[in-house]
Amino acid sequence: MNETLGLVLVGVLLVNFLMLGTSRLNAAIRFAGLQGVLLGAALFVAHGQTNARVLLLALATVALKGIAIPAILLRAVRNVSIRREIEPIVGFTPSLVLGALATGLSLVFARSLPLQSEQVAPLIVPASFATVLTGFLVLTTRRKAITQVVGYLTLENGVFVFGLLLVEAIPFLVEFGVLLDLLVAVFVMGIIMNHIQREFSSLSTEHLTSLRE
Amino acid sequence: MAFWLVLTPLAFAALAFATPSERVRPWLLPVAALAQLGLIALELSGVGGAPFPTWLRLDAIGRLLASYLAVLFTLCAAYAPGYLAQRAERPNRIFCAVMLVFFAMMNAIVSVQHLGLLWVAVEATTLSSGPLIYFNRNPRSIEATWKYLLIGSVGIALALLGTFFVAYAALARGAATSMLLADLLNDAPRLSRPWLHFGFVLALVGYGTKMGLAPMHTWKPDAYGEAPGLVGALLAGGLTSCAFTAILRFFQICAAAGEAEFARALLLFLGLFSMAVAGAFMVRQSDYKRLLAYSSVEHMGILALGIAVGGLGTFGALLHLINNGLSKGVLFLSAGNIHRAFGSKRTPDVQGALRVVPASASLFVAGFFAVTGTPPFGPFVSEFSILSAMMRGERYGVAAAFLALLVLAFVGMGSTVLAVVLGEPSARSEATPYRDAWLHVAPIAGLLALVLLLGVWIPEPLLGLLKQAAPALEPAP
Repeated sequence: MNETLGLVLVGVLLVNFLMLGTSRLNAAIRFAGLQGVLLGAALFVAHGQTNARVLLLALATVALKGIAIPAILLRAVRNVSIRREIEPIVGFTPSLVLGALATGLSLVFARSLPLQSEQVAPLIVPASFATVLTGFLVLTTRRKAITQVVGYLTLENGVFVFGLLLVEAIPFLVEFGVLLDLLVAVFVMGIIMNHIQREFSSLSTEHLTSLRE
Repeated sequence: MAFWLVLTPLAFAALAFATPSERVRPWLLPVAALAQLGLIALELSGVGGAPFPTWLRLDAIGRLLASYLAVLFTLCAAYAPGYLAQRAERPNRIFCAVMLVFFAMMNAIVSVQHLGLLWVAVEATTLSSGPLIYFNRNPRSIEATWKYLLIGSVGIALALLGTFFVAYAALARGAATSMLLADLLNDAPRLSRPWLHFGFVLALVGYGTKMGLAPMHTWKPDAYGEAPGLVGALLAGGLTSCAFTAILRFFQICAAAGEAEFARALLLFLGLFSMAVAGAFMVRQSDYKRLLAYSSVEHMGILALGIAVGGLGTFGALLHLINNGLSKGVLFLSAGNIHRAFGSKRTPDVQGALRVVPASASLFVAGFFAVTGTPPFGPFVSEFSILSAMMRGERYGVAAAFLALLVLAFVGMGSTVLAVVLGEPSARSEATPYRDAWLHVAPIAGLLALVLLLGVWIPEPLLGLLKQAAPALEPAP
């Protein structure tokens, strides 16, 4: 079971790199969705076979993070003319290098923290850190509103990976609350993106610079 | 009782959403507020009843905050119908409903006893306040809302990671963990230190973003600058206080674990840094609503400092939370009136407000003196408590920096405030029909009266609440 979980987490890490390397908005959204599906799978592999509650949660994760949220964002892209992230603040190759660096640091850093003896999978903590850092990287180095939301989703995915360690401790209500908040957040952001598009005829946050000192 | 404090505003939100009349709907806000005040009065007189469900109950801190929120919301809600009547060109269905949801979630934050649900409630306030900031629907408010949602959500995501770390701090030592505050406080001495430390740092950064501590405050001037004054008052008075409560929950765990000094060092640094950044940006700030936002950053710093010095400082911080919130109510609502009268929020366009809207401008000046800690207003008392706690603790360097930064804020704020109210009215004021009306001024006067009252006399029930809440934030002996 641990080996399967390890494989799924390696998949999560690989998706991080795919996300950092792509310029197409549709692809970035699908990668975030793929990561969501992998998270659902990880949840199932880690705890789901025996526990109906976790099984339900895994299905909800796949439905929301893997299907519903990407669908909202893909719709937003369809409504606007842009397809690519052009001229990010940090280029795609340097982003990949930074991503590799972040992953390496996460592996080293996670080793310095004390872990529970019967650790489910040793890769959970570093995978979580690396995904959070990837999310940050996407968030801070991309200019398009949609890519920034994808960065936020990736960051949230990283937090979710850490949550795998705590499945027994987190009540159902909280898990669903977190997923619901995320869905509403993306929904509200989608509405605002629509208004940005209508007001500025572009989805680039470069136009959002009238408020400064 | 906590259950009803959350459910009542939610029920009114549904009612507001279903109400067809644009004119009747805003009056549901004060009605909901009065209902909430009634519930609080019942709670304080001891008719609370058994907590149901167990993770939603008012402890000492929750009781203090919920009472304060009800008072602040009542006065803001009293202002709302007059304001929305002025803005009749905008549909207010979403605005009213979302504002009540926002208020319900603030009550949830202060009463929830489970760190995971605390997070859910804080994120819910971010999402429900987004549409409030977007009320004006112009390019500038889109930009402000976008930054607010994105920065707020990212900050909050870090807070969730911090919450998980703290929960794992129990698990890493092999203890069974729940994320209930009471359980974590009990297990605190056995928590794994590295995880607890990282967890606190992340929670502080995450909820600190929401609270607007520098350097995570960047959304604040934009959001407060573009949101209606009414929304600014609720954000600066209510939401920031709730985010501070969330940080206090983590501080409680640290204190119980014997790690209070670690947490206090961080709070001390962020507190002084926030005051310094806010002071620097307040000087020569020509936009008076952004000025208020920086003042909010400054006072969040003061709250952090109060907790950092402890003892009388803790008491001072809790009192200052209330004083600052009520003063911010005065400032944002009166600034909103001045904004209406001039159609601008920058000083070259706005001057001589005392001649155009004498009541609002007077309240604005009084609010300025109150919030900068001038006697006899409330903030003077709470800031003085924090200062004397510093002196008692023989932290003279911190005390000197604190005083210097307070003076900087006074000078920086003063020049803009005086420019707004004094002088000959600019031609812009004649372009707008807006003049003071009692419905727009009376609620602000009520807020100011409370700030003044707290400066000369702290009522017995409030003193009791403060004295019960402060010990919860002291390290175990």
